[in-house]
Amino acid sequence: MTLPLGVVFFAFFLLPMAQLVLVGASGEEGMSAYFSFLTKTRHLESTIATTLLSAGVTLVALAISTIVGLFLVRNRFPGRETLISLLTFPLAFPGVVIGFLIILLAGRQGLIGTMTKAVTGDKMVFAYSMLGLFLGYLYFSIPRVLLTIMATAEKLDISLEEAARSMGASQWRVIVDVILPALRPGLIASGAICFATSMGAFGTAFTLATNIDVLPMTIYTEFTLNANIAGAASLSIILGLITWIALFVARSLSGSTVAASG
Amino acid sequence: MRRNGLFALQLAFTLFICAFLIVPVILSALAGVTVNFFKGLKSGLTFNWIIEVWGLYAETIYLSMGLAIVCLVITLLLGIPMAYVLARTGGRLSRFIEELITLPVAIPGLAIALALILTYGGFREFRSSWLFILVGHVLYTLPFMVRSVLAVLSSINFQELEEGAASLGAGFWPRFFQVIIPNVKPGILAGSLMVVTLSIGEFNLTWMLHTPLTKTLPVGLADSYASMRLEIASAYTLVFFVMIIPLLVAMQMASNSGQRKKKSTAVPDLPIKRS
Repeated sequence: MTLPLGVVFFAFFLLPMAQLVLVGASGEEGMSAYFSFLTKTRHLESTIATTLLSAGVTLVALAISTIVGLFLVRNRFPGRETLISLLTFPLAFPGVVIGFLIILLAGRQGLIGTMTKAVTGDKMVFAYSMLGLFLGYLYFSIPRVLLTIMATAEKLDISLEEAARSMGASQWRVIVDVILPALRPGLIASGAICFATSMGAFGTAFTLATNIDVLPMTIYTEFTLNANIAGAASLSIILGLITWIALFVARSLSGSTVAASG
Repeated sequence: MRRNGLFALQLAFTLFICAFLIVPVILSALAGVTVNFFKGLKSGLTFNWIIEVWGLYAETIYLSMGLAIVCLVITLLLGIPMAYVLARTGGRLSRFIEELITLPVAIPGLAIALALILTYGGFREFRSSWLFILVGHVLYTLPFMVRSVLAVLSSINFQELEEGAASLGAGFWPRFFQVIIPNVKPGILAGSLMVVTLSIGEFNLTWMLHTPLTKTLPVGLADSYASMRLEIASAYTLVFFVMIIPLLVAMQMASNSGQRKKKSTAVPDLPIKRS
């Protein structure tokens, strides 16, 4: 029964990936192409920029989602369900569309430009800068991080907080010493997912990063413009390894939370 | 918890984040039906941009719908038996296989597309047909189908059901089609919605795999963002939203009803869609 899938998977995934690994080492530099992300200035710069951007997006997305997630889990009020739906439904938007939404927000004819022009007389346009890219990545990160954090927050044991409070702990201490440690597995898991998605994001970068080298765009230019097939192949293997490891960490951690909560 | 200043502050923050996500969508929908977006709504409303989009890009919309349907059929045929075998086998091997078939989601689409081009790009006929894109879509959506069916299978005691049917003399295939399939319907439904939604919106693989004659909706969108006026790009995006939002709503409803029944959630625990 698994034979059809096995054949398809072997022919169209395992075989091509093996080919990709071979091609990656087939250039003039041979195997050392796999270290170009450390040795070649342009690749190194792109790797650093992408990593910093992804890490920054992850931290901000975690902070925002923790505040919003805890609020939505702890409070019941009219419109709460709608709010949750609205906050999570951009989950399935493709990256290109998200790029365009950022253009509508911060592009030349964008909302922020119009508003700042009305207030200060200066038009703020930053859709195609690092800040625009950052907002785009944040856009696709918030829904998925929020979902994981809300799922973790729902399992929190309120009595621990009450105990801490009854012993005179301030709200701040309760957050730092009780709530955040309890949320930790969810934070790490969703943070890893967010980081991996940001590292590999192509659609959003394709629309916004016309002047910024993030790894997927570097791979794309190496392949299409520079015809550096080996370089593109090796760099995409490295990127694939990074995202896979991050996601593996996420999954093994969230797996252990499920087991722990019985 | 007492409703106090903190509550108001948190609510305001949540609403602000919600606005960040939703306002651009509304802007895009409005721009698609406004005569001149730069002048604003007072320039009047029109359906002309949508009609123009239809003239320019109807092909891409048909191709995306066709791809999604064929992709769904294939993932159903390949995915349900696989999920069943994984659920029956269990253990480390089954975990490993699950991990393996999830790889195409964990690796950036760009890398998979490159691998496919390097391996099969030489087969001209295949390379330039829509089947080349279909291969990418099947690889990418298959794990969602398998996991979604697997989640339901692991939450019900299907082996007991099967034994019951077997004791009444039902052979393997009657059991599979009349006992297993009806019982995993929620998983199949959730998986199918996911597969169709993801296939319609897939860009990362498709951009590399497409040819000028095989443009899908998201490829056309990227094209319009780069080369068309804002109103046409917006109208095209609006068409895309009209196609995708019913699917998203259906998905949320399916996951809510799954939670209410308090089995496991029918929606797969795989929020790692690429962007």
